[in-house]
Amino acid sequence: MKQSLLTVISNNALTSNVYELKLSGIEGMNIRPGQFVNVKTDGNYLRRPISVCDAEGDILTLVYRVAGAGTAEMSTWHAGKKADVLTELGNGYDLSAAGEHPVLIGGGVGIPPLYYLAKELKKQGKTVSAVLGFNTASERFYEEAFREVCDDVSVTTADGSYGIRGFVTDALPEHPTCSYACGPMPMMKALYRTLACEGQFSLEERMGCGFGACMGCSIQTKSGNKRVCKDGPVFRKEDLLWED
Amino acid sequence: MGRLSVELCGIELDNPVIPASGTFGFGYEFAELYDINCLGTFSFKGTTKDPRFGNPTPRIAECSMGMLNAVGLQNPGVEAVIHEELQKLKPVFHKPVMANISGFSVDDYVYTAQKLDAEEQVGWLEINISCPNVHGGGMSFGTDPDAAYEVIHAVRQVTKKPLIAKLSPNVTDITAIAKACENAGADAVSLINTLLGMRIDLKTKKPVLANTTGGLSGPAVFPVAVRMVYQVHKAVSIPVIGMGGVSSAEDVIEMMMAGACAVEIGAANLVDPFACPTIIEELPAVMDKYGIENLTDIIGIA
Ligand SMILES: Cc1cc2nc3c(=O)[nH]c(=O)nc-3n(C[C@H](O)[C@H](O)[C@H](O)COP(=O)(O)OP(=O)(O)OC[C@H]3O[C@@H](n4cnc5c(N)ncnc54)[C@H](O)[C@@H]3O)c2cc1C
Ligand SMILES: Cc1cc2nc3c(=O)[nH]c(=O)nc-3n(C[C@H](O)[C@H](O)[C@H](O)COP(=O)(O)O)c2cc1C
Ligand code: FES
Repeated sequence: MKQSLLTVISNNALTSNVYELKLSGIEGMNIRPGQFVNVKTDGNYLRRPISVCDAEGDILTLVYRVAGAGTAEMSTWHAGKKADVLTELGNGYDLSAAGEHPVLIGGGVGIPPLYYLAKELKKQGKTVSAVLGFNTASERFYEEAFREVCDDVSVTTADGSYGIRGFVTDALPEHPTCSYACGPMPMMKALYRTLACEGQFSLEERMGCGFGACMGCSIQTKSGNKRVCKDGPVFRKEDLLWED
Repeated sequence: MGRLSVELCGIELDNPVIPASGTFGFGYEFAELYDINCLGTFSFKGTTKDPRFGNPTPRIAECSMGMLNAVGLQNPGVEAVIHEELQKLKPVFHKPVMANISGFSVDDYVYTAQKLDAEEQVGWLEINISCPNVHGGGMSFGTDPDAAYEVIHAVRQVTKKPLIAKLSPNVTDITAIAKACENAGADAVSLINTLLGMRIDLKTKKPVLANTTGGLSGPAVFPVAVRMVYQVHKAVSIPVIGMGGVSSAEDVIEMMMAGACAVEIGAANLVDPFACPTIIEELPAVMDKYGIENLTDIIGIA
């Protein structure tokens, strides 16, 4: 973990309530796909956990949805603003589990961390498929970015206004070697039931600290109690206790 | 003795800054961030006889200048604390550590205290009779003078180490509980634990915390804590450890002026992992600003 005062490079709206924030200033950036950062916002006591969408050179990219007071404050940030951010948090995805044809499955603001993962998997010469799920056409973001990186991209919308009508489970490729997923809980549970291959699932919990100190974010797994922030946020699908 | 050093039940601390139980784990993970030997000491995560997962999530909520937690004493149980956690701490922390103990019956407290009393690195036993997040035990011992007396008296019989009773603010008269603990043989009291609170999510129209209620801490509780430390310091003749919302060197000094001989820092560690070393570093300059030569000169001066 590192604490840094980063500089906002840009903060652009991708949809009516999803923003792409670029920050610079981390010395010797050493971030793995699937890790997250914890952002201090003005007027809120606790930090806000946001996944790393990309980390290239010294530029860190975050994509966030305005959900409440903290993310609303973030959406007002302009270039030059200094932001107090804890970085290199969490374990990140295990790239060695990918096999030859991994599939990346994201729902809504669960999609961003998969972008950096897709780039890293492509560097390793994998054939990468992505399934991006949205509620409706106007909520889409990053489709082009994924198309530039991945071998194959499917987009689903729940209302059928774009791409495949339905959910990510309706657009899964045949026989992937591994799945990497991040999204809302109902989506994750549906994938848990549907996917036959191994999975690397990224989870969310309300966090106190984000770096393992408070036990605020604990879950029970087949291999014992785990902190989503420190032992996760990525867990092996096979380790989750979601049988109910 | 340096300007910052204080004494806590016969053990000298290099400075009065002590990360509070539940916000510092078992210390060794913070040792990856900075040399934790700069601390006065720290109080480790509340330990119980048996392992506990704690409450369902969400366990954390927020408010202006504070947070609520309903962790519910998640810990691996006293055996694992001794054989795993303290073993990992030993190589990175070379000072006596404060053992924070919880229980659901007097026997529980005694069992855990006896085990931790046998550990060389444990300098003090801090008996948490004030956890608001567990049902049966915890805070119920800390809201009734007779029950508080009973627990502290029983633990007193099994340890010669300094015994600290950690008090709950969720009472009408905290001095009555403090006096009961003093009479039962406590060497010090620490206060405050968290204040019982609650938040409701307007979107779901339901409590934010799965446990419905949780413990409020952070800067929002600081004035309550200062008031209670002040009252308890006046009411008992044993040392008082102050905590509740402390986030700066100024807050440490204010807490000591209210009567604290040492100061614990909780929620601030969660928001800023370097809060404690920063405060220690800033103390001398703030002391200079207010004409304070030694911290021991200001204890209870208010
Ligand atoms: C590991 C991790 C990675 C995340 N990555 C992203 C991302 O890349 N993009 C994105 O848009 N969102 C992401 N989230 C969700 C994001 O943290 C929340 O949307 C955000 O904290 C909401 O803050 P707020 O002040 O706007 O909302 P409020 O509802 O006002 O927040 C109140 C409190 O609840 C917490 N909270 C609210 N919703 C969530 C949630 N879903 N998960 C965790 N805590 C929550 C807040 O942190 C805050 O402490 C991630 C969450 C986690 C745990
Ligand atoms: C996440 C969290 C967990 C806590 N766990 C414990 C505990 O296990 N035992 C205990 O005695 N106090 C526990 N506390 C209470 C703190 O030690 C402290 O008394 C309280 O938070 C007030 O200080 P603060 O405002 O500086 O946080 C916990 C507090 C928090 C925020
Ligand atoms: S959020 Fe504090 S331990 Fe995970």
